Amino acid sequence: MGFLRFAVTALTTIFGLLVVTFFIGRVIPIDPVLAIVGDRAPAHVVERTRIELGLNLPLYQQFFFYVKQALTGNFGTSVLTTNPVLEDIRRVFPATIELATIGTLIGSILGIPLGVLAAVKRGSIADQIVRIIGLIGYSVPIFWLGLLALVVFYAQLRLVAYPGRIDVVYEYTFTPMTGFFLFDAIVQRQWDVVWDLWRHIALPGALLGYFSLAYISRMTRSFMLTELSQEYVVAARAKGLSETRIIWFHALRNAAVPLVTVIALSYAGLLEGSVLTETIFSWPGLGLYITNSLQNADMNAVLGGTLVIGAVFVGINIFSDLLYRTLDPRTRSR
Amino acid sequence: MLHTFTGRFRLLTTAAALSIMVAAAPQAYAATPKDTVVLAWAIDDIISLDPGEAFEISAGEITGNTYDNLVNLDISDTSKVSPGIAESWTVSDDALTYTFKIKPDLKFASGNPITAEDVAYSFERAVKLDKSPAFILTQFGLTAENVTEKAKATDPSTFVFTVDKPYAPSFVLNCLTANVASVVDKALVEQHVTDGDFGNGWLKTNYAGSGPFKMMQWRANEILVLERNDNYYGEKAKVKRAIYRHMKESSGQRLALENGDIDIARNLEPGDLEAISKNKDITTDSAPKGTVYYFSLNQKNETLAKPEVREALKYLVDYDAIGATLIKGIGEIHQTFLPKGMLGSLDSNPYKLDVAKAKELLEKAGLKDGFEVTMDVRNTQPVTGIAESVQQTFAQAGVKLSIIPGDGKQTLTKYRARNHDIYIGQWGTDYWDPHSNADTFAANPNNADDAAAKPLTWRNAWDIPELTKQTAAALLERDADKRGAMYQDLQKQVLETGPFVIVFQQTEVAAVRADVKGYKLGPSFDTNLLSTVSKE
Repeated sequence: MGFLRFAVTALTTIFGLLVVTFFIGRVIPIDPVLAIVGDRAPAHVVERTRIELGLNLPLYQQFFFYVKQALTGNFGTSVLTTNPVLEDIRRVFPATIELATIGTLIGSILGIPLGVLAAVKRGSIADQIVRIIGLIGYSVPIFWLGLLALVVFYAQLRLVAYPGRIDVVYEYTFTPMTGFFLFDAIVQRQWDVVWDLWRHIALPGALLGYFSLAYISRMTRSFMLTELSQEYVVAARAKGLSETRIIWFHALRNAAVPLVTVIALSYAGLLEGSVLTETIFSWPGLGLYITNSLQNADMNAVLGGTLVIGAVFVGINIFSDLLYRTLDPRTRSR
Repeated sequence: MLHTFTGRFRLLTTAAALSIMVAAAPQAYAATPKDTVVLAWAIDDIISLDPGEAFEISAGEITGNTYDNLVNLDISDTSKVSPGIAESWTVSDDALTYTFKIKPDLKFASGNPITAEDVAYSFERAVKLDKSPAFILTQFGLTAENVTEKAKATDPSTFVFTVDKPYAPSFVLNCLTANVASVVDKALVEQHVTDGDFGNGWLKTNYAGSGPFKMMQWRANEILVLERNDNYYGEKAKVKRAIYRHMKESSGQRLALENGDIDIARNLEPGDLEAISKNKDITTDSAPKGTVYYFSLNQKNETLAKPEVREALKYLVDYDAIGATLIKGIGEIHQTFLPKGMLGSLDSNPYKLDVAKAKELLEKAGLKDGFEVTMDVRNTQPVTGIAESVQQTFAQAGVKLSIIPGDGKQTLTKYRARNHDIYIGQWGTDYWDPHSNADTFAANPNNADDAAAKPLTWRNAWDIPELTKQTAAALLERDADKRGAMYQDLQKQVLETGPFVIVFQQTEVAAVRADVKGYKLGPSFDTNLLSTVSKE
C-alpha cells in the first residue's frame, strides 16, 4: 500500500519536472541553434540545424517526441560535450555524490554534537558560539568563503591541492572503474592516488560540510531543546541515570527521528550539485554541468540532469521515510 | 554532572577536529612533470575537434597544434603565408587555378603517407559536411556537386584548386591557412565513417592529423591532452605532453600558477595580472589578437539612425580611461575594423571623449536634451565595465543609457534578431584575411528581414549598397599593396559614418612560470603554438 503511494508520488513528481523543465527550456530567450553552430555560422547552416533539431515543429509535437524518447531511456546527445546525456551524467554525477557525501558526513559528525552541546548548555557562551558559527555558515556567500579558503589553505599554507578533482600526473596511472574516484582508488590499493584525491576533495568537502553543519547543528539544537523539556527526561533524571546517558541515549535518540529528515534533505540539496563550489574548485560535477548546459540552451542535457536530480530527491525522500519508520516505533505499528 | 558531559564532549570534538586535520598534514608541493606542460584555460567553448566543423577559439588553438595545412600564416610577417605541407605553389595567369606541389615523404601521426589525395579528400569532406566554417572554402565557388572537380589531386604529389573568380591570390592563400582547410588522414577517417558522415561523428572527439602534437583525449569541461607526434616532419615538439586543464576562474588560475601546479595560466583578469607582475617566478607574454570589441547602434531605431547621433556617440566614450584601467594588459584602444598586423590594417584612432562636440552634434540632430536608449550587455568583463563607463559618459551629454544585463547567448539571440538598441560585444576574424572583417563591417548585400547573409551590418540594419560594392571590388584586386589601400579606405568610411563604435582590439595574455621556455603567443588564435615550449 505504502509503496503504491510512493510510486504514484514519484511518478507525478518526475512527470511534473519533465513538463516544467521542457517548457522553461523552450521559452528562455536563447536560441539553442546558436549554441551548436556558433555566432559565425552562415544562415543556411543555422536553418538546417534548426530543422535537424526539430525546432521548427509545434511545441506540443516537440514535447511528445521528447517524452517518447525519454521513456525509452534516450535523453539524446549533449551539444556541449557531444556525448549522450546519460553517459555525461554517469561521469559527472559520481563527482557530485562524492563531494556531497563528504560534506554531509562532516556536517553530521560535527553538527550533531555541536547542536547537542548548544541545547544542553542553552544560553551559555558555548551556545552563543555555536549560534555564531551557524549564523556565519548561513549568511556568508560560499564563493567568498571558497576563495578565502583557497587563498589560506592552498596558496598560503599549501595544505590542500589546487582546484580540480585529481592531479594531472595521475591522469595516466589511474583508471577509475565506477567513477567514484576515492572508492576506485581504495579498491585498487593506489594509496598515493587516494592521498591526492583526498587533498583535492578536503577543502570543497569541508566547505560544503560547514554549510550543512550550520543547518544541522541549528536543527539539532531545537530538536534537543524540545526533547530535554519532556517528562521522560525528568523521569530519567529522577531515576538517577547519568546525564550523559540521558542526553545521548534518551533525548538524542528521540530527536534523531526528525533529524534524519533534516540530514536527508540537506544531503539531497548538496546532490543537486553546489554550482558555486563546483565552479570555484573546478569540480566536474552535476551542478556545473547543468548550469553550463542551461546557459547554452543545451536542453537535452538540462532535462536529463534535472530528471536525475528529481529521481534522487524522490529516492532520498522514500529512504528517509523508511528510516523514519525504523527509528520511530509508532509509525512502524501503524 | 555537566562537568562529565563537557569532558566527554571535548574528547568527541577533538577527535572529530583531528580527523579533519589529517587533510592538513603538510605536503611538499608537487611541481608539474618536466616533460609535460600544463595550461589552465577555459576550454568550455569546444564543441567539436573535427577541423571540418570546429569554429571556436579554443578548438582553433588545438587544431593549429595538431593539424597541418597546405600553407600557414607566416608568424614573422602576418600579411604573408609560408609553406606548410606544400613545398611550392603556382597561380595561373587568369588567377583561377592554383597548383600545389606536396612535400615528399611526409607522414600522418598514424604513419600513413600524406598525399595530394588526402588534401582533396579534406576539401571534399569540409564542403560536403557544410558545417559552420565551410563557407571559407565554399566562397570560392565550391559546392557539393563540383568539389571533386575543383579541388583535385592530379597525381600523388600535385593538388589543383580552381576558383570561380579571379580573386586576389593573397585572399585565396590566406583562406587556406584556416582550420577548415586542415589536411586529414583519409585512410584513417574512412575507417570511421557511419551513414556517409565523412567520419564527423568520430572525429569530433578523435584525431587524424599530422601536426607537431597528437590530440589524445578530450573530456568536455575537464581536460584536453596533447602528446608529441614523433612522425612530424618539421622540428619535433620539445615536451612530450601538453595538458589543458579547464579552469574558468581567474583567481583559481592565479593561485595554481603561483603554487606551481600549472605552468601557464591563460585567463587572468587585469587585477590578477597586476598581482603576479611582482612575482619573479612568473613572466607574461602577450600578443594582439584578431578580435575587436565594439558597440553598435541599431539603425532601425530612428534616433540612432541619425548621422549626427552616430557621430556624437563616438565622441561620448572615454577611450583613454577605458584603456588605462578596464582593459589594461588585455587590450589596446583601436577604432578601425581590421586588427593590427593584418594586410590593410589602419592605425587611426581619431575619436576622443569630447562632450562639447557631442552636445553640438546632438543639438544639430534636434536632440538638445538628449534621449533615452538601452544597451544589451552580457554579464562578463570587460564588457560590463565598458558599458558602465559608457553609461556615465553618455549621461554627460544627456543621453540616458539603461543597461539590460543578460547571459552571453541571450543577448546574442536578441542581437541576431535585430531587436536591440545598442549591443556591446566582440568580433573575431573568421580567417586571417581583411575580407573576413570587411565582409561583416562594410558589406550588406540585402537589408531585408529575410536576407540570406546576415553580417553585422545587417544585424544593425545599416543599408550600404555603395560600400558593399567596394568590398566586393577589393576581393578581386590582385596587387596586394593596392588591395591593402582599398581596405584602408573602407575602414575610414566605416569609422566616419558607420553604426559601429569600435573601442579596442584584444590582446591575449598568458602568465608563464619562469622555468617554461619558448612559450610564445601567436598573432591569431590558431597560432598559439606549443612545439617550441620546453622546461628547465
